[in-house]
Amino acid sequence: MGILIIAEHDNHILSESVLPVVSAATQLGKDITILVAGQDCHKVAEQAASINGITRVWLAEAEHYQHQLAEELAPLIVDQVAKGINHVMAPSSTFGKDLMPRVAAMLNVEQLSDITVIVSEDTFVRPTYAGNVMATVKCEGPVKVITVRTTAFEPVNVRDSAAEIISINAAPKLGVSEFVEGIVTESDRPDLNTARVVISGGRGLGDAESFKLLEKIADQLGAAIGASRAAVDAGYISNDHQVGQTGRVVAPELYIAVGISGAIQHLAGMKDSKVIVAINKDPEAPIFEIADYGLVADLFQVLPELSDALSK
Amino acid sequence: MKILVPVKRTIDANIHVRIKSDGTGVEQENVKMGINPFCEIAVEAALQMKEAGAVEEVIVVTVGQNVCEDVLRHGLAMGADRGILMETDQSLQPLGIARVLEYVIKKESPQLVIAGKQSIDSDNNQTGQMLAALLGWPQGTFASKIEITLDHVKVTREVDKGLRTLSLQLPAVVTTDLRLNEPRYLSLPNIMKARKKPIDIINASELEINIIPQLKTLKLEYPPKRNGGVRLASVEDLVDKLRNEARVI
Repeated sequence: MGILIIAEHDNHILSESVLPVVSAATQLGKDITILVAGQDCHKVAEQAASINGITRVWLAEAEHYQHQLAEELAPLIVDQVAKGINHVMAPSSTFGKDLMPRVAAMLNVEQLSDITVIVSEDTFVRPTYAGNVMATVKCEGPVKVITVRTTAFEPVNVRDSAAEIISINAAPKLGVSEFVEGIVTESDRPDLNTARVVISGGRGLGDAESFKLLEKIADQLGAAIGASRAAVDAGYISNDHQVGQTGRVVAPELYIAVGISGAIQHLAGMKDSKVIVAINKDPEAPIFEIADYGLVADLFQVLPELSDALSK
Repeated sequence: MKILVPVKRTIDANIHVRIKSDGTGVEQENVKMGINPFCEIAVEAALQMKEAGAVEEVIVVTVGQNVCEDVLRHGLAMGADRGILMETDQSLQPLGIARVLEYVIKKESPQLVIAGKQSIDSDNNQTGQMLAALLGWPQGTFASKIEITLDHVKVTREVDKGLRTLSLQLPAVVTTDLRLNEPRYLSLPNIMKARKKPIDIINASELEINIIPQLKTLKLEYPPKRNGGVRLASVEDLVDKLRNEARVI
């Protein structure tokens, strides 16, 4: 009756995305194992072991796990499932989305993507059609392979436990894929997924320079910066800021949409935010239909004013 | 080299979908259908490689009812060389689709499969990865750049924290993200030409492939509706509301 959670990490720090997944797992059962696979990543295993509610940590260290390539991790996970695992879970980040379908296919089961509600141990709710249709789905396969929408579950916040860390054997190296390079966007701002406030810009900003107007307000509010697809496509800001159906899904306390018209694909990534503010000069923009507070105005006038008002 | 591009027929991205009154699915009668946008990007990527001289043939394939022929014709009008329709009336899920594609790939032996990263209807983001698993091939998901050499493909992937580049041994599966390219428009002469391009039709239900769905949809419903709030007159009003009414700053 075991639950296996696949940890996302960079061999030094465990990603916070594991915390809502643990929270989801506790709704399914009590025997919860976190798998940490990487290279020289004992520290990550220790961080995982401190999360309350988990039973143990499995640690698999090998050179071919250094970059957590799906090709190498999937056989390792499949080997563990034979130990009596019924649910394999990961966050529905790009890490989980890349890996979990590969695991499911190797186990000959369908996979459940991006679940938002656990109805029972085999029935889940997940968004389809850009979040416009919620589907309740029953999974008849012997093993449930699941990615969890991290904004839909309250993260487990207590971390004073010390679960057992057990080293496990690595699976043989496949060697069909190789990591070449990674460009990590460095930022001192909070992570988009966990930020309490997100301020996002769209096509209305007009150029990359104008995104600096958002940065000032983001710094005042301790906010993360998001963007619509149009803004990313136009090159105003890098891809990892894109909020929407196929980008990041966020649900902060406060979401401020600036110069974003509100295409359904964008709404899919932010409509579960607690309070939504829309600033747009087009009074007909669909974003106003879901905004709690709307300001029909020229953003180039509003943003400096907003910055002044916040500093008062 | 041959590239195979799986394509899917979906409801048009701009349609507000409606759930059928009996709750068994979404309304598709008189609704505009077309090629899934990510699949269209995949076709474009394959064609650009062909035009660069690295590839001889681009094959588009779809799995589904005979009406899905229209998305194959779309791919052919973009410039693909031929199409394959794996015909079945069975409702399909990603693993079933991946199994049918595996059959086609074993028959056609392409060196590269380029698929869309997800379809905009079921939003699963699974089929490419599953196909790679079944074939034992490497995978490069969410690609924003693809460079092909004789025996490898270099894929730059869009990930949550930036970009990640992998080098994959061929044969391989690549799935496309939005910024890989901008698909070409269909010209009328090319649409006419596509009518004459060959499409093989194979009855997928008669093959010994398990495509029976494992997931049962019990219920479809709309998410809780979010009502629009108030329009404010000034920035002062906004800051006041956020501080004193919503209490979020």
